[in-house]
This record gives sequence, C-alpha cells and structure tokens, in this order.
Amino acid sequence: MAILEQRQKQVYRKGKERFDMACDKASLSGSVSQRACVFCGSRVVLYPVSDALHLVHGPAGCASYTWDIRGALSSGTQQLHRLSFSTDLREKDVIYGGENKLYNALSELIDEYAPRAAFVYSTCIVGIIGDDVESVCKKVGMEKGIPVIAVQSEGFKGTKKDGYRAACEALAKLVGTGTSGNIPHLSLNILGDFNIAGETWIIKKYYERMGIRVVASITGDGRVDDIKNAHRASLNVVQCSGSMIHLAEMMKQKYGIPFLRVSYFGLEDMAKALYDVAEFFNDPVVMKKTAGLVREQVDAVYPRLLDYRAALGGRKAAIYVGGAFKAFSLIRALRLLGMETAMVGTQTGDRQDYQRMKELCDEGTVIVDDSNPVELAGFLVEKHVDILIGGVKERPIAYKLGIGFCDHNHERKIALAGFEGMINFAGEVYATVMSPVWKFKLRKPAAMPDDIYREPLFI
Amino acid sequence: METKQVKSFTATRNACKVCAPLGAGVVFKGIEKSIPLLHGSQGCATYIRRYVISHFKEPMDIASSSFSESAAIFGGRDTLRIGLDTVIEQYNPLLIGIASTCLSETIGDDVPRILREYVKDRAPQKLPHLVHVATPSYKGTHMDGFHAAVKAVVASLAGGSGKCMSVNVFPGFISPADIRHLKEILSDFKLPFTLLPDYSETLDAPAWDGYQRMAAGGTPLDDIMTMGGAYASIEFGRTLQNAETASCILKKRFGVERHTLGMPVGIADTDRLFNLLETISCMRTPGKYTSERGRLIDSYFDAHKYVFGKKALVYGEEDFVIAMASFLAETGIIPVLCASGGESGQMAGYIHGAIPQLKGKIAVKEGVDFIGIAEQARALSPDIIIGNSKGYPLARELDVPLVRVGFPIHDRIGAQRILHIGYRGTQNLFDTITNSLIKSNQDKSPVGYMYM
Repeated sequence: MAILEQRQKQVYRKGKERFDMACDKASLSGSVSQRACVFCGSRVVLYPVSDALHLVHGPAGCASYTWDIRGALSSGTQQLHRLSFSTDLREKDVIYGGENKLYNALSELIDEYAPRAAFVYSTCIVGIIGDDVESVCKKVGMEKGIPVIAVQSEGFKGTKKDGYRAACEALAKLVGTGTSGNIPHLSLNILGDFNIAGETWIIKKYYERMGIRVVASITGDGRVDDIKNAHRASLNVVQCSGSMIHLAEMMKQKYGIPFLRVSYFGLEDMAKALYDVAEFFNDPVVMKKTAGLVREQVDAVYPRLLDYRAALGGRKAAIYVGGAFKAFSLIRALRLLGMETAMVGTQTGDRQDYQRMKELCDEGTVIVDDSNPVELAGFLVEKHVDILIGGVKERPIAYKLGIGFCDHNHERKIALAGFEGMINFAGEVYATVMSPVWKFKLRKPAAMPDDIYREPLFI
Repeated sequence: METKQVKSFTATRNACKVCAPLGAGVVFKGIEKSIPLLHGSQGCATYIRRYVISHFKEPMDIASSSFSESAAIFGGRDTLRIGLDTVIEQYNPLLIGIASTCLSETIGDDVPRILREYVKDRAPQKLPHLVHVATPSYKGTHMDGFHAAVKAVVASLAGGSGKCMSVNVFPGFISPADIRHLKEILSDFKLPFTLLPDYSETLDAPAWDGYQRMAAGGTPLDDIMTMGGAYASIEFGRTLQNAETASCILKKRFGVERHTLGMPVGIADTDRLFNLLETISCMRTPGKYTSERGRLIDSYFDAHKYVFGKKALVYGEEDFVIAMASFLAETGIIPVLCASGGESGQMAGYIHGAIPQLKGKIAVKEGVDFIGIAEQARALSPDIIIGNSKGYPLARELDVPLVRVGFPIHDRIGAQRILHIGYRGTQNLFDTITNSLIKSNQDKSPVGYMYM
C-alpha cells in the first residue's frame, strides 16, 4: 500500500525500522483524517456535566452533529447535556456580529433551564467575526448569578488536543469556587472518565469500597457543585491520557493536589489503578480493602475470561482509538484474551506514547498516528485481522471488508471499564470474532490489484 | 390552524436540520469516482462523516482542507492546494467536489480563483474535474447544500453534445432504495436517463471483495457531460419550482424542458410522475406498475378504518414533509403538524394547496426545532409520529409509535433500504404506518387480541 509521502513518518513497523515516529502534528490537508477539531475536543470533555447549559455559538451544524451522540450517563435530575443548544448564526449575524444573539440566547436559556453553570463554545466563525464572547459571558454571569464560561474552541485553532486544553481551562474556572461540606483526607477526584454506559459508577463503587470518598467525577456524571469543590480532594486520578491532564497539572500547581495517571480498561490496568491509589494514601486499611476487592473481582471474572481465551486465542486485532492510554490497555486486554495486536494507532498520541506503544507491541506490529480510511483498510487486509477496535467512523471499513468490530468510543452502550467491563469487552470481541457471518465474506486473494492483497486472506 | 402559543427562543434547541456542507457531501458521493473535499476545519468533514456513516452504515470518505490558525488568518489557498494534491495522490478520483464551509466563506476565500490557479500551475498534469460549491453553513440547511451541489455539478460539467433523447432526473435527497426503484421505473419505460446524484451503489454497496478507495457506482461523468442534450429534466421537490436549480441551467443553456414534480409519494404524486413518463416515453405505464398501483389502492381499502382520522406529526426536510403530508391525507390520516427546520417560506402554501380540504386542521411550521415541535405536539396529541430518528425522545414521551423515514435514521438498521417513492414505496410506507397504529392499539389493549 502506498502511504502518502508526507505521512510516511507517521507509520512505523516494529522490528524492521529505526523508531523515529512523527506525531503530534496537524493533520495533512486532504488526507481524510479520522480526527475532528478543537471544538470536538472541548465538547467531548465538557459534555457529561449534566447540570450545566452547553450553548454552541455558531451556525447550527456544530450543535446538531453533537446532539446526544455520546453514552455519557448522568444520575442528576437535570439532563441538560442531552440537549443541543445553538445560537444558529445566520448570514446577517456573520456580517453584523453575533453578540446580541448570544446574549439573548444565553439569558433566555438560563431563565428557562436554571442550570448551575453555562459553557459557551466558540466555533470557527466566532473566532473570525470577532465576537467578544468573554464579555457577553461575564455580563450574563453577573446578571444571572451563575458561572458562565467561555470555551475557546474555534475549530481551526489547533487539533482536538487543543480543545481538551480549552475545556480544562474552562473547568479550572469552576474548580476552587466551592466551599461546602467536610471532605476527608481519604478523597479523590476522578478525571477523564466520561461515565459511558455508567463506567464512572463502576469505578466510584470500587473507590468507595476502598474507603475513599470521590469528591468530583470530572466530567463523567459530573455536577457543577462537585467540580467547584474538587480542589479539596487529596488526589486527582486521571484517566484518558490526553483530555484531562492539563486540568490535573493546573490543580497541582494551584492547589498542590498530586495526580496519578491510570487506565480502567482490562484487569491488569484496573487492578494497577486501584493499587496505585491505595499506595498513594499509604493507609494499611485502604491497602487491605483494595487487595480484597481486587482479589474478589479477579476471582469472579478470571475463570470466565479463560473460556473466552480458549476460543479467541491466536486471533489478531487492530486498534484505532483517540488516545494512547486506551490503546495500551487494549493491547494488554487483548493479550489476556490470547490475541495479538497487529496494528495499533491513535488520533492524538505523542512521541512518548508511541515509544511506549512500541515496547508493548510484538514484532511486526504496525503503529500509526492520525491515520485515514485508506491506510486503515490497507493494514486490516495486510495483517489479516479478525477484529478492529475503534469508533463509529472506523466501523464500516471493517464490516465492508468482512472483519469484526468492537466499538470502544463514546457512543457505545456497554460498560467496558472495570473488572466487570473486561467481561463485557471479552463478550463483545467474542460475539464479533466468532460470528458465523464471516464465512460469506467476499474477499478473495487473487483479484486484488494492490501489493497488499498478495497473500491468501482466508484464515 | 391555530396552535398553542409557545414562548419563542433566540437559541435553536435540538435543531431539525444540519448544515449545508453535509448535503453537498452526499451529492458528491453520488458521482462516479468522486471525492468530496470540505474547505474548512477538520471537524466539519469528520462530524459530517460520522453523521452520514451512522445513517448509511457505509464508509464515507470526505477530505478536509484542515484549516490551521494561519490559514484562517492568511487565507486557505495553500492548505486547499495541498488538500487537492493529497486527494489526487491518495484516491486518483475523476472528480473532486470542493464545498466551502462557514469558515472559508467568512474569511472570504475566492475558491474558484484558487482552483483556476491550481489547474494552471499543475498543467499539463491531467487533473480530476474540480467542482466548487458554496455551502456556507450559516445559510440554509443540508438540503440547500444538496441542491447547490447538484446545480454546481451541472453548471460546470454539463454540455449539450449529441442530442441523446434521454431524460435527466434530479431526485433530491432520497434513499438508495428509492434511487434503485426510480432507475428500474425509468428502465421499464425504456428511457435512457442520467440520474444525479446516484448514490444507490456508493452509499449502499454490497460487501467488498477487496478494499475500494472509491465505491463503485455513482452517476457516470460522461452522462453528466451530455445532460444538455437530454429531452427533458425531471426534478423532485415542490419548493424547487421557483428556485434556480440544476434543471433551470439546462433549460437556459440547452433548452432542455424542465418538469418539477413533488416527491412521488402517495398515489396522486406518483400518478403525476407516471403520467409524465408516459408522455416523455410515448409508452403506456408497464403492467407491473399498474398492478402495484392497484394493490396499493386495494390496501388503502383494506386498511382505511385503522387509519381514518388518525393524527400524525410529520417532520424533516420541507419537500419530504410536503410529500408525506399529501400522501397521509389521501389515506385519511390528518397530518396535524407538519414541521421542518428549513425556511423556504413555501411549505405551508404547497401543503395547503395539495390538501385544501384539511386547511383548518393542519399546522405547518417552518424553521422550527425539536423542542418547538415537542411543545406543539403535546398540545395536539398525535397518534403517530413520522420522520427521522431525532423524533424518538418525543415519541417515547408521548408513548406513540415513531415510523422512521427520511434522514437521519441513527437508531435502526437498513435506512438505506427504506423505500419511500413510487407505488411500491408508498405501499411500504402505508403498510408500516398502518401496522404501527394497529400495534400501538394492540399493545395498549387490556385484552391482547391476536387478530385484527
């Protein structure tokens, strides 16, 4: 397969080549990147805060495309995150400015929905027409007596990662403004879990069983008042490498709260996350409870995983996800199922991430940054994989080629985090890999023109 | 009809529309070996891909010129040129459809000029056709982008060479199954045709026997080039009647007769299509279709009591809603609320014109969002909701069946295969709607009848 010349350094094959991977750069124009934009990064992170108003300042599209598309659940009575609000800018607003429209839209929505805070997302043209979103937010905030926060998420101002950063800056304006209640020493914030299919609830339950109070889950099942109080926790536990690390760093600097980076996917990483937290608190009771919890959970799921392993052992997988931490966990989780990762890629990994990925992978594994459909399809075929793990945009590539697929993105409705999540994950992988439908697949070895199709494809 | 006065909001809440570049993207997917390229931020292409993929369940490669901050300040010329080079290298398409976005429009990129220069600089390299369409997202909806793209393709490619006695068909945004059915009808009338866009294969492709950079199918470019030589153009969509559309260009430049019809849903509108085809082809409607029509009428008779006087809420693209409303009315269902996020200003006129007898019983709302629709609907208490997936929360709240039609259908499989048009499509809709009403009654009955 021909990789675009400008992208060749973003593809690495372990074993043959010297590791000199390029990453962390803007997508090549025209390459059909699977990435979205700055706005997307901000929207993803802040989306689950369910008692905040989320107003997208721009034409209707940006809000429409992000209306209730993620499986982030909330236990709150207010479910504002599932609504889509837009200033729906028109031509005349573009010419004369959208500040008045924003002011009116914001004021009316706050009156109607009584949110605890409001986030106003700037989209591309807001950055161009020069609306002073900050001052409108400030004014409305004063008038309505709630925090109204401008999120600087103009789509073109960087990559999705910059959107994460803008969201963290927005959250940082909330953190530290609350003072209510007694918060014990044994307390932490969960950062970067989005409560997809209730995953934050699973994790929270573990921490509670360890005797640790969760002050705020930022942002899965997030609530404004909890986030305001987050500075009073003893520890930030950060999942999802890219999205929330900036907030953790800011909180460390400002409030001296240390942070740990964890992943809740797969038995090994889940157990390690809990042990790392227990070790941090260095409390024998917590440690004992943690050990008991992990043992109990592993005992409950491990025998069932062995059954899956017996069926899935030797199968090959490809991974293409947003962040690198999830990819690391998936490589390990697949290994636990006896499966090999033949291709792994991310949208937003950095050099350090890819270095670590390389160490984690087997010889011959393809590692790719900011890939596109042409490359992904090529690798799937070349590597004869049985399953692709990715998001909705990757799914049809796999299915068209007669390859299984597991959704590990925000639209899924099945919890994959935690110990019980690992069983769900194994079940998902099993259901797609073992489906009898693939026997009808049309791919045949001979008729393929590209060199990638040379080898026989039937396994 | 008087409807409940609801508080008006400046913000759009749960929009009943998406933006123009999406429509353009779908059109370019319906042309042979064509790749859409959105001139704007990376997110536009990615969001639109996700939205369309979730409906069609098909790969949907849309390139982006991936604006950076400096491109937004200094202009998108360079990034667009790189984008074109990359698309050509990676896909080697026959056509690249360049749709602008709110960003590139607002900074004032002169895309036609950038493209002219690009072509000049790349000479003598053989380039794909480059078709530009202006689709600022702050103007109109995805349907405006759709029609604008069709028009742009025709304006830049159609020629008049060789009087080829074929017909041009501009069906608007219908399903791949609809397009296949339409092609079958045209073939049965022995009419050579150019149907634009034709995503019946590209967005509903069989499983692949190998990776395809561009799915097979789409309107052949050679056919588009000779659209000016056609005998007539047929365009679906009543709101297009007075608009400057692709068929207007063909009429102006090449004298191709223009016929604008409603989307052929329901007996009356489908009859209009078949009558026109009879005239154009000088051929009687094949027996296959008169039988389908007869069976459809027979089913109207069989089922009329299950549907009579039922109140329906219909929403979606304007021309789709107009077509559905006329069809529902002919079965005895009252489309009490006809709503769209579009704002052509023509929907009420066409709906009341098509079904004057129901004028006092129908509320027509343009430029509404789903919160507005819900507020109206609560007061009207419909028996059934007909439209895309985005009405599901309302259907759930009101505990009435939702019949999923149109676009987008994100919560069911097979959206590509829903047949809406012709006698056959109407039959499909009618059976589905009737059975949904029967099911709803059956489920709510304490008796649990297992017969009708």
